[in-house]
Amino acid sequence: MDKNSISPDERSEKFLSKLKERDIDVQACYQCGRCSSGCPIGDFFDLKVMEVVRLAAYGQEDQLLQSHAIWLCAACETCATRCPNEIEIAGLMDVLRELALRKGISPAEPRIPVFHRSFLGSVNRWGKAYEIGMIANYKMKTGDLMGDMRLGMNMFLKGKLKLMPHSIEGKSEIKEIFSGKGKEYDR
Amino acid sequence: MKLSYYPGCSLEGTALDYDQSVREICRQLDIELVEIPDWNCCGASSAHMTDHEVGIRLPMRNLLLAADAGHDILVPCAACFQRLKAADKALRENPRFWDVKKYTADFEIIHISTFLARPEILAAIREKVSHNLDQLAIACYYGCLSLRNPRVTDAPNWEMPETLESIVAAVGARPVAWSHRTECCSGSLTMARPDIAEKLVGDIVTAARRAGAGAMVTDCPMCQANVESRQVPGTGEELPVFFATELIAAALSGTYPSKQQKVHLVSPVVLSKAIDDASRRQEDSA
Repeated sequence: MDKNSISPDERSEKFLSKLKERDIDVQACYQCGRCSSGCPIGDFFDLKVMEVVRLAAYGQEDQLLQSHAIWLCAACETCATRCPNEIEIAGLMDVLRELALRKGISPAEPRIPVFHRSFLGSVNRWGKAYEIGMIANYKMKTGDLMGDMRLGMNMFLKGKLKLMPHSIEGKSEIKEIFSGKGKEYDR
Repeated sequence: MKLSYYPGCSLEGTALDYDQSVREICRQLDIELVEIPDWNCCGASSAHMTDHEVGIRLPMRNLLLAADAGHDILVPCAACFQRLKAADKALRENPRFWDVKKYTADFEIIHISTFLARPEILAAIREKVSHNLDQLAIACYYGCLSLRNPRVTDAPNWEMPETLESIVAAVGARPVAWSHRTECCSGSLTMARPDIAEKLVGDIVTAARRAGAGAMVTDCPMCQANVESRQVPGTGEELPVFFATELIAAALSGTYPSKQQKVHLVSPVVLSKAIDDASRRQEDSA
């Protein structure tokens, strides 16, 4: 983080009102650091969790959307669980990821959103996650064809990967969910 | 007793054996499971992490389907459990916001080990155990999503849970005291960043070993797959990860079939040894 102790005068009001709407009270943070010290993946982050919260309170959306931290967060909820002010920090990470995707910001960890998209693509198509289809899609899109090849074969031989997808009956309801239901009212 | 049952996608794929052991022990405990008709994926972490609407609406559909039957919902997967709870909270707060006219569901959403650790169920398990697994020192591993965030999960002891320990003790095994019971294994990152998963899993397994465990027991299918698959093979330091229901099924039946042993990525021989030891002791005393 920039070593400037004075809060920046430019801030994204749109981002701050989004957080307010979701009851994510980043202003309640007094930088105790419990979130950062409990984060299991913090060692791999470019920003500490407490820095993410403070930057959010300053409305510094751009820096956050370009960070590795928002993608490396595994949604384990340790931070939000331990926050003495009950700030929904994991929810903040959700908002940041969704915003980065909607704004088309090139992700600092490109493989991670590809994974999420491959997973959800299979749910959209079948109503359930179909592991082999999801993995194939992920591999094609990332070009990571050889990674985990031995593990994949091993799991396949152990019968842990189902060959055929099972489709649910109510597929049209799932399609409706993925077509942006409820988002009409987003500004 | 009759419960609605939400297996979730993992239990039809990588954790198919988890589903089988859940159904088997429920049969033995006289618990009737009614699978939610035409259930869909809860969206897991990927949905809520990237799309709030989809992250609530996917699990919501399952709750509305289950509401028709009205029974409490048993959920073996920690991620599914957390997503169903999140949707349940959202619906209770404001159903119309989610295009639902009325939501008066009086059912509970129950994660499997919370259910199995009920005093009357533990007593039934204890009574039906045919082979005491007292040779097994076990590190009970909860991971994240059945516990956190407690504002969503309603978990009473999210830092120091005891449900798995009480289940493991009910089949005679010895739960060890250790440090990483509720640490994240980074399951949601395991495909995209295996390096991170290897580090976290390595720390978890080392901690379990240091406490003297010969195996781990969990109630999360992502943890089970991730912790077994991200250990470095061939070190001789690997620990198998059993589902709590797998352990119970073995202790009740007194068998640990080779078909079940084969699905593990780390040798599960400690469990068959514990069963064999128990059989031998029974023969000796007979």
